[in-house]
Amino acid sequence: MIDLQNITRMFTVGDERVYGLKEVDLTIGNGEYIAVMGPSGSGKSTLLNIIGLLDKPDSGIYQLEGEVTTGLADSKQAELRCHKIGFIFQFFHLVPRMTAMENIELPLMLAGVEPKVRKQKVQKAIETFGLAGRARHRPDQLSGGQRQRVAIARATIMEPHILLADEPTGNLDRASGNEVIEILEELNSRNITLIMVTHDPELGNRAKRQIHMIDGIIGSDHTSSPATAYAAR
Amino acid sequence: MRLADIIRFGFRASTGYTARTFLMLLAMAIGVGSVVVLSSLGESAREYVVNQFSSLGTNLLIVLPGRSETVGGPPPLLGVTPRDLTLTDAEALQRSANIRYVAPISLGAAPVSYGAREREVTILGSTAQLFFVRQLTMGQGRFLPEGDITKGSPVCVLGYNMQKELFGTVSPLGETLRIGDYRFRVIGVLAKKGESVGLDMGDVVIIPVASAQALFNTSTLFRIMVEAVDRDAIFRAKKTILSIIRDRHDGEDDVTVITQDAVLATFDKIFTAMTLTVTGIGAISISVAGILIMNVMLIAVSQRRSEVGLLKAIGAPEGNIITLFLVEAVLLSLVGAVLGLLVGTCGVWVIGLIFPNFPITMPLWSLLAAVAVALVTGLVFGVLPAMRAARLDPVISLSRR
Ligand SMILES: Nc1ncnc2c1ncn2[C@@H]1O[C@H](COP(=O)(O)OP(=O)(O)O)[C@@H](O)[C@H]1O
Ligand SMILES: [Mg+2]
Repeated sequence: MIDLQNITRMFTVGDERVYGLKEVDLTIGNGEYIAVMGPSGSGKSTLLNIIGLLDKPDSGIYQLEGEVTTGLADSKQAELRCHKIGFIFQFFHLVPRMTAMENIELPLMLAGVEPKVRKQKVQKAIETFGLAGRARHRPDQLSGGQRQRVAIARATIMEPHILLADEPTGNLDRASGNEVIEILEELNSRNITLIMVTHDPELGNRAKRQIHMIDGIIGSDHTSSPATAYAAR
Repeated sequence: MRLADIIRFGFRASTGYTARTFLMLLAMAIGVGSVVVLSSLGESAREYVVNQFSSLGTNLLIVLPGRSETVGGPPPLLGVTPRDLTLTDAEALQRSANIRYVAPISLGAAPVSYGAREREVTILGSTAQLFFVRQLTMGQGRFLPEGDITKGSPVCVLGYNMQKELFGTVSPLGETLRIGDYRFRVIGVLAKKGESVGLDMGDVVIIPVASAQALFNTSTLFRIMVEAVDRDAIFRAKKTILSIIRDRHDGEDDVTVITQDAVLATFDKIFTAMTLTVTGIGAISISVAGILIMNVMLIAVSQRRSEVGLLKAIGAPEGNIITLFLVEAVLLSLVGAVLGLLVGTCGVWVIGLIFPNFPITMPLWSLLAAVAVALVTGLVFGVLPAMRAARLDPVISLSRR
């Protein structure tokens, strides 16, 4: 459960103040599938970064699964990111010198998981995401779709409750984009909360709940099938 | 994170950027290599000098006429000329339990002739005990005989070179020399000995001290060489000598006693200081390497911004990121240091080939110190880049490709 109350995030550019988010209230239940849409600069990424604890709000209260996160120490926030949240980016952000396998293993390594357990989990993820022949390839030897699948495998290897995807298909052709969306939806069907930023209305309409942002404010919050969306509350 | 993973991560990150890694290793290797070579040179020079001095004899004390150190208080108004050292002074010293050998020395130059050959030669007047004090060895014949040191006798012992020059290949034993107006019978020749600091014993003619005093028409001694019974007795021997001479010279402290230990210690100090100085210069080059490491690591951090952002996004706390970058810097320093040890060892080996007579050795402490300094340098100069990496804003780092 994600609960944002009166969240404001401000940036200072020169002498000017720009609102990334302006007094945003938002509640998201476990297992929801949400598309965040809106024009460029409307605050979509800022919203995701705050939910993912990569960014801190200037004011407001953010509760993640009942815990107030505002004011938590860096190490505590890092721990939450490690265990509860998975990030997927438009530009994949794979470590170029590491193989697909090593990239997927990275969160397990940071968490200090035993090498044997790591190997098993990574092996399983490689099979699940259809990367069997590519495990020992470096990112520059992989196609865009494959890179994003490696990134998804990495984001889910710690079995997080929440997946945050910022324009995950923005850098992919239509076919591999669809493939990635299907993987994400499949993960969502196993009760992982999926919050995805997209410019594509067609993709957005596949989500059960659509949030439209304008100038740092939630302009509309539309749930296509209320029965499922509110079930978790 | 596990230590093995941290090290592997740093290692892989280093090998991933070969040009910068090569640069850092080179800088560190040069720094550590120069420390090894310079400290080896300094240490070897010290050992060389100390060995040379030790070959003068052990547990040695030298008594010189005149007081060279002021003990405090104003100098006497009426100039007191120091009393001379005499043979009876030397005899008196012999009675102390702390003293094993006493060799009074009278030194001068006189023309020495054998047949048609004549030379101006350093004449060393002494006694049988000089043989032990200076640790001499005989080539032929025997040394000056024991006996009453106040009585002269017409015998002499030749240095190795003197024998060569005056007699060539002829055996000199039993032959008679002319020194000044006196005649001396050759009873022995010293063995050829390597050079030693001080008087070269190869170029002297040794005669009994009383004969030398007669030859030079003097009753004073150049100095008295004394050997203490053992190392512990040196200090007591010095006190005894001073008090015996004071009693004999109407309560005046008018001699100086130099202990060989003190001379050695001084040289030891000088050369240790020199070694440390050159080693310090080498250490400066290590810190130059450290600054290079810092700059290269700073570049590495900005090159790897998005990697740092990603590490944060997948749950690495700031402390972890500091550790990762620090370990990387330390790994590079250590590998550089090991290369430097190899380079230094080769350097020392090459110097040994070029100067085979100079006994060059690598002191263990310098090897350890070089590695320790390299490690500390890596840590110190790795901190700033690591902190910078940890402080990066993940959102900004990730917003660029
Ligand atoms: N680090 C930053 N510094 C200054 N302004 C920023 C920063 N990040 C975002 N902004 C501003 O905040 C607003 C929202 O940005 P963002 O959330 O990235 O929008 P979106 O993802 O919807 O395109 C924009 O006006 C943007 O210029
Ligand atoms: Mg954005």
